[in-house]
Amino acid sequence: MKILVALKQVPDTETKIKVAADGKSLDPADVKWITSPYDEYAMEEAMRIKEAKGAEVIAISVGEDKAKDMLRNPGLALGADSAVLLKATSPEDPLTVAKALAAYAEGKGFDLILFGNKAFGADHGAVGPMVAELLGMAQATLVTKLELGEGTFKAEREGDGGTEVVEGTLPAVITAQRGLNEPRYAGLKGIMAAKKKTIEEVEASVAAPALVVSALTLPAARPEGRKLEGEGAVQALVALLRDEAKVL
Amino acid sequence: MILVFCELKEGKIRKASLEALSEARRLTSDPVGALFVGASTAGAEEAAAYGADFILKAENPALAAYSSDLYARTLAQAVKTKGATILLGAATPMGKDVLPRVAARLDAGYAAEVTGLSLKDGKLQAERPVYACKAFATVDFPSAIQVVSTRPNVFTATPNAKAGTVETLAVEATDFKAVVKEILAKAGGKQDLTEADVIVSGGRGMKDGENFKILEALAEALGGVVGASRAAVDAGWGIPHSAQVGQTGKVVSPTLYIACGISGAIQHVAGMSGSKVIVAINKDPEAPIFKLATYGIVGDLFEIVPALTQAIKASK
Ligand SMILES: Cc1cc2nc3c(=O)[nH]c(=O)nc-3n(C[C@H](O)[C@H](O)[C@H](O)COP(=O)(O)OP(=O)(O)OC[C@H]3O[C@@H](n4cnc5c(N)ncnc54)[C@H](O)[C@@H]3O)c2cc1C
Ligand SMILES: Nc1ncnc2c1ncn2[C@@H]1O[C@H](COP(=O)(O)O)[C@@H](O)[C@H]1O
Repeated sequence: MKILVALKQVPDTETKIKVAADGKSLDPADVKWITSPYDEYAMEEAMRIKEAKGAEVIAISVGEDKAKDMLRNPGLALGADSAVLLKATSPEDPLTVAKALAAYAEGKGFDLILFGNKAFGADHGAVGPMVAELLGMAQATLVTKLELGEGTFKAEREGDGGTEVVEGTLPAVITAQRGLNEPRYAGLKGIMAAKKKTIEEVEASVAAPALVVSALTLPAARPEGRKLEGEGAVQALVALLRDEAKVL
Repeated sequence: MILVFCELKEGKIRKASLEALSEARRLTSDPVGALFVGASTAGAEEAAAYGADFILKAENPALAAYSSDLYARTLAQAVKTKGATILLGAATPMGKDVLPRVAARLDAGYAAEVTGLSLKDGKLQAERPVYACKAFATVDFPSAIQVVSTRPNVFTATPNAKAGTVETLAVEATDFKAVVKEILAKAGGKQDLTEADVIVSGGRGMKDGENFKILEALAEALGGVVGASRAAVDAGWGIPHSAQVGQTGKVVSPTLYIACGISGAIQHVAGMSGSKVIVAINKDPEAPIFKLATYGIVGDLFEIVPALTQAIKASK
């Protein structure tokens, strides 16, 4: 079994968002970078499969030099056999990322390619399905449970008002939803071992973007609301909801 | 030409699909088509009332159960056959699963969960929240074909009667690599959180899963559904993850969102700041949720929620 895990570095969720001078990108000053939380579920799942069945696991990211921190930990430190950085100025177009990943993965015999269900911040949830299409693979997104058979998979996904059971053939793309597993942290031993490993660096094959961000703006602050207290607060609220907000 | 991928649920077009269709109609006077895919597409005719010049039916027994790869090929085939340059669909669990695949197949740019759309020189321009709703991105599409999913409950479904000429699409491919085999634990007719008009959410302040009954009563009085914070889901009170609102849960835009015993952490706010009217009930006057709330009541939710339910019932 051969597994590729796609990891993306994203701004920490507590980051105060500032727009750069170009008016369309994030000002990177003071941004703390983390591994996109859903990608941690993907990484954990790869480790569990490796432990249960044996697998060669490769962690990969399309991005800049700083992404190597993430490829080391959680990537290598959790137990990935190797890590690859496809070097590119972090593309904001999911199709560009998908094409770079597909170009790398093509012909390498991966049985599974694991993704987060969406990258925190960008929130497209698109790269996984796009890679599946580009490589002609089966897919299951928003997966909360994964079982592997002989050349097959069975996944539970969060569907409409219920859990959908998806069955398909390998190779497949799986995107991880919260609930799939509980990610572990790397131990000291793993972190030390990861330091000694080299991260393969390859120039990404970067296609012309199909999506560009032409402006980034901060939302207007919501007007300060009205606080109601004490006796009569409930009646006052109902009146406001009915007469002012007109939602009753 | 704009094609809108529409989903049917129990023989009716989903509200989120009607919203996307209405938005397409609002955008252009060029032809707008409503695309339906399935073993049967009975009920599709309703699209005429919401602005569809034509209704394209891709029917085939092989499409009875949902398959990402087969549906993606069928949608792409429809776009190519009709020569459409724009494909819209609602950001439902199915839309979010299939539309990026279609985009890759058509070498088209794709933007998810858009909240604003316009046409600029015949090309789509979209607006969408990014960075946990702390910013908005305006996106343009250098590609010839443009694909987007629209966030449910943001655009309005507006009746606008058009011809709605029914056309059929002979489905070329019928084989697939993965398919939905069964649906477990289908919550009895309950509305999906992302499409609900009213959401009553509970957080750690609820203290116990049993206490969610008072939220259900309030939700029922308002015709809404119950949501939760991650703290409530993680507490082991039996609240399913599918009810979680926030960055690692659902992103919702109801008309009315009532947060009970929820502090208003940034990751929760990321999931509900698009709500039109926000009510917060919290005993801590300093809780950050009050900064966001249209109306807030400072006090004990165990007294306020039942009183509110009574008052709302009485006002009807
Ligand atoms: C990567 C990441 C992702 C996350 N994703 C999400 C997410 O998707 N959704 C989410 O919700 N959180 C998410 N969180 C967690 C988030 O940071 C908060 O921990 C969580 O939202 C807190 O939930 P809460 O408001 O219910 O609990 P608390 O913060 O503990 O707040 C409880 C509130 O209840 C009030 N209260 C207590 N008793 C009463 C009473 N009797 N009457 C009235 N008020 C009362 C208290 O004053 C308090 O304000 C995420 C965190 C991280 C790090
Ligand atoms: N630059 C990137 N490098 C590697 N993987 C990525 C990158 N961007 C996105 N992904 C993967 O694709 C998933 C979905 O991302 P998105 O479509 O941007 O929401 C993420 O959770 C990652 O697993």
